[in-house]
Amino acid sequence: MRSDPSTTQSDASGQPACFTTRDLTRVFGEGSTEVRALRGVELDIPSGEIVVLLGASGSGKSTLLNILGGLDRASGGEFEFRGRDMTRISDTELTRFRRDHVGFVFQFYNLMPSLTARENVELVTEIAANPMPALDALDLVGLADRADHFPAEMSGGEQQRVAIARAIAKRPEVMLCDEPTGALDSVTGVRVLQALERVNQELGSTILLITHNASVAGMAHRVITLADGQIRETRTNESRVEPEALNW
Amino acid sequence: MSRSRLDIAAALPARLDRKLVRDLLAIRLQALAIALVVAAGVAVLVVSAGMLDSLRETRSAYYDRYRFADVWAPVVRAPDSIAADIHQLDGVAQIQTRVRQPVLFDMPGLSAPASGVFLSVPETGLPTVNRIHLTEGRRPREGQRDEIVLLDGFARAHGLAIGDSVTATIRGGRETFRVVGFALSPEFVYAIAPGQLVPDDRLFGVGWMGRDALEQAADSAGAFNEAALILQPGANERAVIDALDRLLAPWGAPGAYGREDHISDAFVSSEINQLGTMASLLPPVFLLVAAFLVNVVLTRLIAMERAQIGLLKAFGYHSRDVVWHYTKFALVIGAVGLAIGVGGGSWLGRQMAGMYVEYYHFPFLLFELPASVYAASLGVTLLAVGGGAVLAGLRAARLSPAEAMRPSPPPDYSRALGAAIARWKRFDQQSRMILRHTLRWPARAAFTMAGVAISVGLLASSMYFLDATRAMIDAHFYLSNRQDVTVSLVEPRPRAALHAIARMPGVLTAEPVRYAPARLRHAGHEERMALTGAPAEARLSRMIDSDGNPVTAPPGSIVLSRDIAASLGVEPGDRIEVEITEGNRPVFELAIANVATTLIGSGAIMEIGDLNRLLGEDALISGAWLRVDPERTDALYTQLKAAPAIAEVSLQNEAREQFETLMDEGMGTSIYIYTIFAGMIAVGVVYNSVRISFSEREHELAVLRVLGFTRGEVAYVLLGEIALLTLIALPLGCLMGAGLAWYFAQAMSSDLFRLPFIINPATFGYSALVVLIVALSSGLMVRARLNRLDMVAALKTGD
Ligand SMILES: Nc1ncnc2c1ncn2[C@@H]1O[C@H](COP(=O)(O)OP(=O)(O)O)[C@@H](O)[C@H]1O
Ligand SMILES: [Mg+2]
Repeated sequence: MRSDPSTTQSDASGQPACFTTRDLTRVFGEGSTEVRALRGVELDIPSGEIVVLLGASGSGKSTLLNILGGLDRASGGEFEFRGRDMTRISDTELTRFRRDHVGFVFQFYNLMPSLTARENVELVTEIAANPMPALDALDLVGLADRADHFPAEMSGGEQQRVAIARAIAKRPEVMLCDEPTGALDSVTGVRVLQALERVNQELGSTILLITHNASVAGMAHRVITLADGQIRETRTNESRVEPEALNW
Repeated sequence: MSRSRLDIAAALPARLDRKLVRDLLAIRLQALAIALVVAAGVAVLVVSAGMLDSLRETRSAYYDRYRFADVWAPVVRAPDSIAADIHQLDGVAQIQTRVRQPVLFDMPGLSAPASGVFLSVPETGLPTVNRIHLTEGRRPREGQRDEIVLLDGFARAHGLAIGDSVTATIRGGRETFRVVGFALSPEFVYAIAPGQLVPDDRLFGVGWMGRDALEQAADSAGAFNEAALILQPGANERAVIDALDRLLAPWGAPGAYGREDHISDAFVSSEINQLGTMASLLPPVFLLVAAFLVNVVLTRLIAMERAQIGLLKAFGYHSRDVVWHYTKFALVIGAVGLAIGVGGGSWLGRQMAGMYVEYYHFPFLLFELPASVYAASLGVTLLAVGGGAVLAGLRAARLSPAEAMRPSPPPDYSRALGAAIARWKRFDQQSRMILRHTLRWPARAAFTMAGVAISVGLLASSMYFLDATRAMIDAHFYLSNRQDVTVSLVEPRPRAALHAIARMPGVLTAEPVRYAPARLRHAGHEERMALTGAPAEARLSRMIDSDGNPVTAPPGSIVLSRDIAASLGVEPGDRIEVEITEGNRPVFELAIANVATTLIGSGAIMEIGDLNRLLGEDALISGAWLRVDPERTDALYTQLKAAPAIAEVSLQNEAREQFETLMDEGMGTSIYIYTIFAGMIAVGVVYNSVRISFSEREHELAVLRVLGFTRGEVAYVLLGEIALLTLIALPLGCLMGAGLAWYFAQAMSSDLFRLPFIINPATFGYSALVVLIVALSSGLMVRARLNRLDMVAALKTGD
């Protein structure tokens, strides 16, 4: 499964990078309505890092995240996950990839309203290869006591933490989070970020986090800024800030 | 494709109208399915009404133009001078006397004897009553004794041509006639041999000859044996018949009768009435179902437009604009349904009327849809689609714009019954979702189930008619009337005749039968029918009670078929008065020994010796029932055809086949049509249910795909619910079908036959199968959409 080592970056520990992209493009529509959302993205994301994606609205952050998560396909270029070529695999394999390796968190919580918090988590643990008990996942986000409540009975922040619990319960190698705090006030937003931080530390998951809030970048190992469908800047933080200390 | 659609929309002036067109195009399959349900309801109404109306109109025009008699008065033999006296009677407009002579045809290529009747026509000019319609050839010429016009159906069944000759036995003598014409007659729309159940073009023929020729052949110079009358408008038929009976009593009149006892007209009327009953029962059921379904479907469809409505209102549209918008939306769907229904329905109605006209041998067809049918179709469509749209639109318009545009909060499942399912550890989460969703929205679940159940019910109850017909035929031909051949004698003969018949080649068993025309009376009710005298231990033709056992009448009593008992208002143990209308016309009382289940025809049966005694005669028989060796029928038929004493021979096998054809072509056609409409309703309902469920849950399903569920697993969440509801609905549908069938059985029974309430299990099986197939294909169509779910788009909205 490994492709040409020359295109595959390894991190310090010698592990293959989590994500590697080469000249990744994504074009929506055609002719006069053509939109080039990604125009040659070159990216190397080492395993185990928290990476924050910044950029103006429309710069292509969500498009990139969706392709990395196997929800969408690139129009051109290469993309590897842990050295495995992802651009030419089948839909079924993409589904497997999402199921086994990726945890998603979105701005909207997208919980199943007909399932309780615990059941929402179990929905995923039932099909995962190496899951943790649903209650443990809820405990990680501080919601063990609300396990038997339905989404309609919970606040937005609580629902988002259930969504995180659902994402982490399968012990994913990557967590892809698209503006997870976008709809939350600062106090709840911080609790959500804390939960992500814990997942990164305790499970070693690589975390890609899109945000509009530049100060969130303080908690990242690495900050990538997109503009016009290209990477404008990549920097690594010398020292990281605890989520509760972020200047919201 | 999508571009041209947008162009249609862009060409419209008002913004909302563009939205209307785009919305409609977006759900065009669903809209079409709803339109189909409307169309099915409307078409059933139009087909039934159109066909029925046209059949009735055509029949009555036919009767008028060919001067179909109102009353027939048979006599043994009366002098022609009586005709003037009959004309003098109150209420009589026209009279035609004639000679009617039973004959046995000897047709080449047909080993069985064909029975028939010859009727006289005036030597010159047309008959004043009961004219014939020549389809080919000409009428007999004056003085040409061997010229004959044959009934069109009979001639064609035997492949005869003008100029051919036919041989017949008349009063024991064989004579040969030359065919000069073919004709149709309102008297023989159904050409049925007397005492028979069903017409058979091959086995019963009618010939028209000049009066002089027939008088000579029938040995009745200067006399007639039947008068046919047309009454004055508004005349009292009963009074005329009574007067006729008094006038003709000295001439051996068994009793005059009106159209209702005229076998052909009774048959036609009963069939048309039956179609009429079907036409009055089924369309309302179909229309109600269609209206109900359309309402619910539209309501759900509009409920999903919440956000759009908020947007419209935020843009400054008034509530009434919103309501009107959705009403138009519904009206477009309704209009399409109405157009398909009326267009298809009137086309189909005309086809069917044409088919029935051919089947009845009417010489022409009048087809015109009464305006009331259009009005009813329009009204029902408006109610069905308009009502639903207005209600749903009003509900939508009540939302404030802000409220409507805010993504709706997650629906609360905490108080739903389904919360309890949390404790059932064996369920996987998808199954939990299915169950909770079903329990959380019981009305939606109920709608889907109702739709499926109604579809199954309509299908099953339409198909029930076929089962009932089958059961009726089996009961009549295999249980009650097991003879192979029925022989009727020209006139009653001593018992020795039975032995003569029994000795004929191939006869295995012969049982005697005595028929006597009678009037049965009880408490002011009167029934005219032939009393049947049969041996108590008869094995061939017998009456059967509701448990399937043969019933017999002890001396001094009689067994009546249920329909006769009902119309006389009698039960076992009651006594009725019986007047025999032949010979010395004895009048006596009989006890009702039992009431028998007779599904086809009617009957009044008693012990033959008892009947002979009451008639004051020796052991006479009017005919015999035979069981014959199938290998030797040819020899038997040859002898029967040549036997002078035999007036008529009828073959049970042929009768059964004819009856089956009759049911197939008559009622059967209508039933097939209704079945197809029931299928259309199933498609409309089930597809819409599945499709709407999909729309309502599209977001949830996309999220499941994001979480890594395979297409199959996601399909399970959606289709599992439909499957669950369908499985629950199937038995309900069968129950409903049984209920409808029971109702139809009650409502559809006629003088001619009674539908038993018997449903073949396979009928339920087929109905369920049809609906399952519809559900499955709907599921597959939606499954194709599932495969194209746009995960990314789903994540952009909260919902
Ligand atoms: N499905 C789509 N069809 C057409 N254009 C799209 C689609 N999704 C995104 N775009 C366009 O691609 C560009 C990048 O979008 P997106 O990745 O959502 O930006 P961001 O998340 O950085 O705000 C935008 O111009 C957007 O309009
Ligand atoms: Mg975005």
